[in-house]
Amino acid sequence: MSKLYTFLKYFFIVFWAVFVVAPFLWALTTSFKDFQSVNGGVTYIPWVDFEPNLEGWKVLIKSPAKGGVDIIEPYFNSLFVTCTASLISIILGTLSAYALSRYTFKAGFVKNNDITFFFISQRIMPPIVLSIPFFLFLSAINLLDSLVGLIVVYIVLLMPIAVWIMVDFFNKVPREIDETALIDGCNPYQAFLKVVLPNSIPGLIVAGMFCIIFGWIDFFFAFILTFTEVQLLPVKIVALNSSVTPWWSLSASALVSVAPLIVVAFIVERYLSKGNLSGAIK
Amino acid sequence: MDLVAKNLTYKPTDEFHLNEVSFKFKNGNLYTILGRTLSGKTTLLKTIAGLLTPDSGEIKFDDKDFLKIPVWERNVAMVYQQFINYPHLNVFENVAFPLKQRKIDTKLINERVINALKSVGLTGYENRKIQELSGGQQQRVSLARSLVKNAKILLLDEPLVNLDYKLREQLREEFKNLFSKGLADETILIYSTTDPRETMELNGEVIVLDEGKVLQVGPAKEIFENPNSLKVAEISNDPPMNIINSKISKNMINFEDISIDIPIHFKDIKDDELKVGLRSSDILLNEKGHEFEVELAEISGSETLLHLKKGSTKLIMSIEEVMNFKIKDKVKIDFKIDKAYAFSANGKLISSPFRSKNV
Repeated sequence: MSKLYTFLKYFFIVFWAVFVVAPFLWALTTSFKDFQSVNGGVTYIPWVDFEPNLEGWKVLIKSPAKGGVDIIEPYFNSLFVTCTASLISIILGTLSAYALSRYTFKAGFVKNNDITFFFISQRIMPPIVLSIPFFLFLSAINLLDSLVGLIVVYIVLLMPIAVWIMVDFFNKVPREIDETALIDGCNPYQAFLKVVLPNSIPGLIVAGMFCIIFGWIDFFFAFILTFTEVQLLPVKIVALNSSVTPWWSLSASALVSVAPLIVVAFIVERYLSKGNLSGAIK
Repeated sequence: MDLVAKNLTYKPTDEFHLNEVSFKFKNGNLYTILGRTLSGKTTLLKTIAGLLTPDSGEIKFDDKDFLKIPVWERNVAMVYQQFINYPHLNVFENVAFPLKQRKIDTKLINERVINALKSVGLTGYENRKIQELSGGQQQRVSLARSLVKNAKILLLDEPLVNLDYKLREQLREEFKNLFSKGLADETILIYSTTDPRETMELNGEVIVLDEGKVLQVGPAKEIFENPNSLKVAEISNDPPMNIINSKISKNMINFEDISIDIPIHFKDIKDDELKVGLRSSDILLNEKGHEFEVELAEISGSETLLHLKKGSTKLIMSIEEVMNFKIKDKVKIDFKIDKAYAFSANGKLISSPFRSKNV
């Protein structure tokens, strides 16, 4: 029985590992291939199956004048937009979430839960519904095809995630902790900054992670709201696809675009395994 | 430096949390607020601390309007029944927090924190994390944090209720020592509890609270000896005082098929119907006594609590030893009727063994 269990356990672990790693492996080998090796049948092992070359990667950093695609600028655009929007979303979202968790609001029939739902409801609609108002809005304030305009839109998209996660988190932090801080001489702002926030770091990290992921992978809004001046990475990668699909440079750019998320995952995993996230509050 | 409240009322929903509560607390004294759960104890303490604003009424401290002063400037200290500490700080930092907030000199902070930790018996735990402490130790930390401030008003909201039996006894003893050690000289100490035994042991001035209303105020001994109503008698005894609906005729107390001679302190009573109050410890096992049926027997500590029934009369008696009974067993009992209380049909105390004249 236990042998079977052990066998099944490892079988599924290996199966899952292959499932997860295989696409990366495929992308990695493909990125070093040329036209011949890609289209000439199934090949996996470099130097045996095919002769690896760096063309796929070189194209990414060459300027368009020399026949390259130059993803460096879109890459930093994407980093800048994602990080700025995530940071602002986290700050605004955390403040809103704290207010929603601790204070009672009432305007007619609208109460705290309705306000929280209003934030979340922004994510319920299909993106295409939001794209038209966003487009009109940005063109009205002259921010179409600009980094600032994208940041504004991303904040609208990311802040609900932050609010949602943080409201839930703050609700789990006992109110008595805030009250004790007030009794110990903190005004409400100090109570929030000195006591509630330091105990909410796990929530902040989770919310931050989600914001960064959702910001980074967005293609749709970046595609609709930018044209020539500003380009984000996902749009640029899709633009690589011409009449002859350049699998080698597509693979390389896919790997490059996944890299930051892997870094984020490793940081969060490190932090999670330290055990600081759970059990902070009894 | 008196803490005076007049007609405090707080009614957030349909039910009163505080109903016209008035009191005058003098410094250097210990006040115990006794009441069942949801009687408004916590609400009252939070109102004094400033965490809640009453709908009406006023609180004055040292002749200053307390309601106009925000919580963080009131200089009160509070210990909750849950063990509330700052989980991101270690023990030392937790206790030092209120002092740091006041921007006191670091040397002085160290000295005072070390003293406070010493007085709650946590010397050597300075660098521990809060999560590494047991419940009792966590509660000691929050007690130390409230002591370190030298607050003029110290609020303790059922501080022992979430601890296990042994720890509760031990910590209660330590509390008593702490409070008697001159700490209370200029402090108003307000301690809320549901436990009558705790109230008697702390032996301070008692305020009996029920449904947000003050039922009786007086020294612990007075509350115990002369509860002014049935409600107070119920609240201030654990297990609650037995109430026997009975009729008085020809100098006899009659209930079910039992007739007992009236005790001396009942002689002047003119009512025909009485609610006779008898503590669970004033009912005895007696072979020649009256027969009752056992409804439930529970053993708590070294005591046995018997729930008895006869007709519509239900009694609880406590026996000072561990005895085994089965449900539906018949037991014979006798009453220490000279320890009985007489309450009128509307629940007012008429006569107590400690004071025979009409109250």
